[in-house]
Amino acid sequence: MRHTKRAVTAALLTSAALALTGCAAGDASSGGDAASCEPAGEDVTLEFTSWIPGIEDAVAAWNEENPDIQVEVQTGPNGNSGTYQNFFNQLEAGNAPDLGQIEYDALPNFRVQDGLEDLAACEDVVAAEDQFLEWTWGQVSLGTDDQVYGIPQDQGPMALFYRSDLFEQAGIDVPTTWEEYRTAAEAIREQGGYITNFSQTDINQFAGFVWQAGGQWFANDGDAWTVELASDESMTVAEYWQDLIENDLVSTYPAWTDEWNNAYNSGEVWTWNSAVWGANSIASGAPDTAGNWSVALAPQWESGGAAAGNWGGSSIAVFKGTDHLYESAKFALWLNTSDEALTILNEQAAIYPATKAGLELPTLTEGVEFYGGQAIYDVFAEASAQVNPDFVWGPTMTQTYADVSDGFKAAASGSSTLMEALEKGQQSTIDALEAQSIPVAE
Amino acid sequence: MTTVIGPDETSATPAVNPRGIGRGGDAHPGTTRGRGPRESLFSRTGAMLVMAVFTLYFLVPIWWLLVASTKDRGQLFSTNPLWFADFQLFENIGALFDYRNGVYLRWILNSLLYAGLGAVVATILAAMCGYALAKYRFPGRETIFNIVLGGVLVPATALALPLFLLFSRVQLTDTFWAVFLPSVVSPFGVYLSRVFAEASVPDELLEASRLDGAGEVRTFFTVSIRLMFPALITVFLFQFVTIWNNFFLPLIMLRSEELFPVTYGLYAWNSTINQFPELRTYVLVGSLLSIIPLIITFLLLQRYWRTGLGTGALK
Repeated sequence: MRHTKRAVTAALLTSAALALTGCAAGDASSGGDAASCEPAGEDVTLEFTSWIPGIEDAVAAWNEENPDIQVEVQTGPNGNSGTYQNFFNQLEAGNAPDLGQIEYDALPNFRVQDGLEDLAACEDVVAAEDQFLEWTWGQVSLGTDDQVYGIPQDQGPMALFYRSDLFEQAGIDVPTTWEEYRTAAEAIREQGGYITNFSQTDINQFAGFVWQAGGQWFANDGDAWTVELASDESMTVAEYWQDLIENDLVSTYPAWTDEWNNAYNSGEVWTWNSAVWGANSIASGAPDTAGNWSVALAPQWESGGAAAGNWGGSSIAVFKGTDHLYESAKFALWLNTSDEALTILNEQAAIYPATKAGLELPTLTEGVEFYGGQAIYDVFAEASAQVNPDFVWGPTMTQTYADVSDGFKAAASGSSTLMEALEKGQQSTIDALEAQSIPVAE
Repeated sequence: MTTVIGPDETSATPAVNPRGIGRGGDAHPGTTRGRGPRESLFSRTGAMLVMAVFTLYFLVPIWWLLVASTKDRGQLFSTNPLWFADFQLFENIGALFDYRNGVYLRWILNSLLYAGLGAVVATILAAMCGYALAKYRFPGRETIFNIVLGGVLVPATALALPLFLLFSRVQLTDTFWAVFLPSVVSPFGVYLSRVFAEASVPDELLEASRLDGAGEVRTFFTVSIRLMFPALITVFLFQFVTIWNNFFLPLIMLRSEELFPVTYGLYAWNSTINQFPELRTYVLVGSLLSIIPLIITFLLLQRYWRTGLGTGALK
């Protein structure tokens, strides 16, 4: 979904190891011809697995209108906390659901393991491309022109959450470039606060920074993968944050902990470079600061630039082996494009739609009380239009996140640097790809 | 503690272990009150101190959970984590029970069913198996026992995925049976039952009941099972706790929310807390409530358990 927190238990790792050996053996059997996208001509029941609370309400609305295509909702934990592993187990056992929720950064993994149906076989899906933002479509076409491996559901364009009251009191201008951001960081440090908290565990946030800087971490030319964790843009971003960490201009609390919440709630930390869904995280983690936050477009690398990163977002994919590709695609399109479904999803789970029209839902144009009545979603809609459509995720993101995160923790404690972490992550990612017999271009 | 155990031990021992009469019974007739006067004040204080530290260590998380469950979401981070703010416990419980049509209560019932019924069946199976291994001589007896013993060493986690593939074959995944059937197997219970049956069921008694014309099954259920009772309570408790806490099997097997046990349900909620912060209170209150059945089970059964362990210690 929108934001992946690494919460993989030892138990899950055990099963991952077992499943990997299992997958390697079962690859030949899971391949097969692309299913054709034809209506079944009879009543069908689809299974759909998602961990979003309240998605049943949207499905209930669909079931009422479509007696011939009934959808059953299955649920489980957040993707990386177990549901993805379950999907792989089910694909192996041949009883995967028809549809499943998959975050953008996990989609290539399922594609590489040959677990997904290509939805480009369905005319309706191809025709729907125009309704989506170009870059969200890029996340599901996986860098190809003629393949589609999911219907984009939500997105996480990034902007700058900041304490407008504190900035005003201190007479500091809200930074519009990363250079100004560093200057502001010094001024705030003099006041005893920190401009932001550098998260050692949210590697997908860091990826969002690289994304904004125009960098890439992965590329795929159809035959082999290129790994560019240590690309120039990536290094520029790493050096920038390394400098802030070394000069004690940012705090390094472990993200999503009570400590971290408290740092924001007490006013010690002034800004957060986060995605649209972060709006709720602040409201719930720092309730004492209600009314004092605002949202601005992210600081730019070049003065006058207009680039935004993305953190999170997910799609609805159709699994290999479904007998009802047509119906599954039809449901997935309805769920992610119809005003009815998007409104329910937004009300129930604050889903921020991936379609152009979805960004104009009435609830997304109103002022938000926690942010002093600012219409914050207008800012995110603007940011969303600035996201680079070419960013590609790799097929082993869980491993990449884990390895880079280990390095970032060392950097935060001063025993290493972010640059070193990326270089190590680069090498371990290549090793992981080769271990799974995924071709890597040198 | 000592004054409580004393009378219990002396009164329960003869009933449980006939061979213990005359040995454990009158070993220290006058010592039920003032036992242990020879311990020096220093070592007693030391022992108490160590125990107090550990008690604190184990109880603080539960205390935190209790306190956190009484707060609303805002106060959770802004007030002292180890002391109460506005007392909201009952509002929180009400909200938890209301959330998504009371799915939480359903999970509690599921857990009770998986753990309660599963542990009963597991105990009966383990008792019969252990008893047979202890009291009957047949070829391959030791081999079977050693295989069962090997089963103790295989972690349940390692078996979950193979079980999933097996259950997929027979299309039983995402059903009650997918969690229930693997739960009724307890190699450790078999081991304990065998050891205990060997020690506490005298062959003479079995011969006597055979002479009186009782069949083997009847002898088992009327005579042997009573002699093995303390061990069976132990097996039951162990298995109950194991099933209650077994979260990995449901994680792999179940997809339908209405089949979840409470541990898995809470885990699923907890995994999405960053995205849906309103779930945090539910997870906290839910965790607090979910330990209550375990506490009740232990309070009700610990008496049997203690006498059982005491019996073993006297031998």
